[in-house]
Amino acid sequence: MSKKLIELRHITKRFGDLTVLDDFNFYINENEFITLLGPSGCGKTTCLRLIGGFETPDAGEIVFDGKVINDLEPNQRLINTCFQKYALFPHLDVFDNVAFGLKLKKIAKEEITARVKATLKLVKLEGFEKRSITTLSGGQQQRVAIARAIVNRPKVLLLDEPLGALDLKLRQEMQYELKEMQKTLGITFVYVTHDQEEALTMSDTIVIMNEGEILQIGTPEDIYNEPKNRFVANFIGESNIFDGIMHEDYTVEFCGKKFACVDKGFAENEPVDVVIRPEDFDFAPPSKAKIVGVVDSLTFKGVHYEINVLVSGREYTIHTTKYREIGDRVGLAVDPQNIHVMKKEHR
Amino acid sequence: MKKRLLRNRYLKAIGGILTGITFVSLYLPIIMILILSINDSSRGYAWEGLTFKWYLRLFTDDIMREPIVNTVSIAILSTIISTILGTIFAIGIHSLEKKHRIRMMIMNNVPVVNPDIVTGISLMIIFSILSFTLGFGTVLIAHIFFSLPYVVLNVIPKLKRLDPNLYEAALDLGCSRFGGVWRVVLPNISTGILTGALIAFTMSIDDFVITYFTSGNEYMNVSTWLYAALAREGRSSLTPVAYAYNTIIFLMTIVIIVFVNLKKERKERTA
Repeated sequence: MSKKLIELRHITKRFGDLTVLDDFNFYINENEFITLLGPSGCGKTTCLRLIGGFETPDAGEIVFDGKVINDLEPNQRLINTCFQKYALFPHLDVFDNVAFGLKLKKIAKEEITARVKATLKLVKLEGFEKRSITTLSGGQQQRVAIARAIVNRPKVLLLDEPLGALDLKLRQEMQYELKEMQKTLGITFVYVTHDQEEALTMSDTIVIMNEGEILQIGTPEDIYNEPKNRFVANFIGESNIFDGIMHEDYTVEFCGKKFACVDKGFAENEPVDVVIRPEDFDFAPPSKAKIVGVVDSLTFKGVHYEINVLVSGREYTIHTTKYREIGDRVGLAVDPQNIHVMKKEHR
Repeated sequence: MKKRLLRNRYLKAIGGILTGITFVSLYLPIIMILILSINDSSRGYAWEGLTFKWYLRLFTDDIMREPIVNTVSIAILSTIISTILGTIFAIGIHSLEKKHRIRMMIMNNVPVVNPDIVTGISLMIIFSILSFTLGFGTVLIAHIFFSLPYVVLNVIPKLKRLDPNLYEAALDLGCSRFGGVWRVVLPNISTGILTGALIAFTMSIDDFVITYFTSGNEYMNVSTWLYAALAREGRSSLTPVAYAYNTIIFLMTIVIIVFVNLKKERKERTA
């Protein structure tokens, strides 16, 4: 297995009376693409700033490569950051922005030029050396910011919602390119975003955060298919969440019906949350289906239709390629392995 | 319709007249000084032909050389020192927490609105309590004291507009804290520093009241020297050389103002 590069141990961070991170623990493996995902204000940026050295924890240890680095200044860490609004130096041109870190390291001029050129090529900005920062588009500025960080060959690159300001098309393109870059360069990426789709597309590991706590850590597949609780299920993708009762292993009741499922290990008659993804519902003949309802609304989404089915006063959201008229009576079926049973949150 | 047009024309005419009066009352005195400075008459206001000899005498006459040298050297020194200190203060104040920052700005603004005469007399009292000999040193300290807040006032807005991540990016890329300020913060607030310096310079060069109270009997800048000459011998003592000096100072101020405004405009266009 790959080795732990960064570890956060029992980190607590307060701003005044507000506790942003409370006894926070997780680690980052070498060469991993890890994403901190959560709604705004959940502490993900603070977490990144702690690793970068722009904040100091009130308690706990930040370990880098086996050494505690709590008291190291940002310039003493083998970590570079790509800031949310790029933070490019407006008084310098593209070349000098990218060369900034190398010049400070007193590297020979020829080598600086060579490395800057190579990096600009990597981010597809060849020939932009003498351009002023203010004349660049958002996407180009983004690339300069990435180039400025990776030209220093850091062990870790921290990215704080780097694609937030870009339009959808460009964002998707950059997602792909970032992932490619991470693979070719062999740099550990720590990525912060509130965009769940971005997180699912790019990450090796996702850390789901809310209110300064980690809710779940896992691969994108794990988190999507086996969300640990209601919040994660809601945050990652769209979900139908029902209150249910786990009668015994492999049998769950919700919406007044009993269903076979693949979950076990709950107490007898334990109240649970049941998650069913919109794409996991299938239409069935109303005579045979356990759930029967009426099509309430229908939206064309390109690849699929989003259909809301009203079942005894409750709306079910379904993604399907099949067309149904509004007002149609439909039956709904779901495979046992697509019924996800989760423990109720105790709050 | 026609009536309205007529009324508009009257309003326009009245507006024009008022504007004219305003400009005349603002600039007539300056134009008078300018004319007197090129008038070939050593006494009285009658026109006796064009000359530039007063400008020449400004540099050759012994009588005014000392006050001019004093004025200019105080202005240059106090500008340099107050600009450096003011920039450091501004960066410090800006990085404070909001509550403390507002308090510091109020403290900074008090000397700005304080009447010169109060500043002058209180500085004089402090200097005599500390038993400083009034002269070059005390005038320099006084000038630094009153121009410093203007530098702070001009630098702070630039710092506010600066993306706070810029400084962090500099640290991130390997700068020390001081290196980050030097390489990234200063170049991006340079227009504010320059404006502050120019204002400090003009404030110093045309100051009378504070200099009067802090300079003692021996040390004089141009304005206190002129005042002393007037008090001693009446208006007839006002040599046209003084007019020439005033004209030069006025032109310098104009150049500085135009420069500052052009710079500002260009910045706004690119931003």
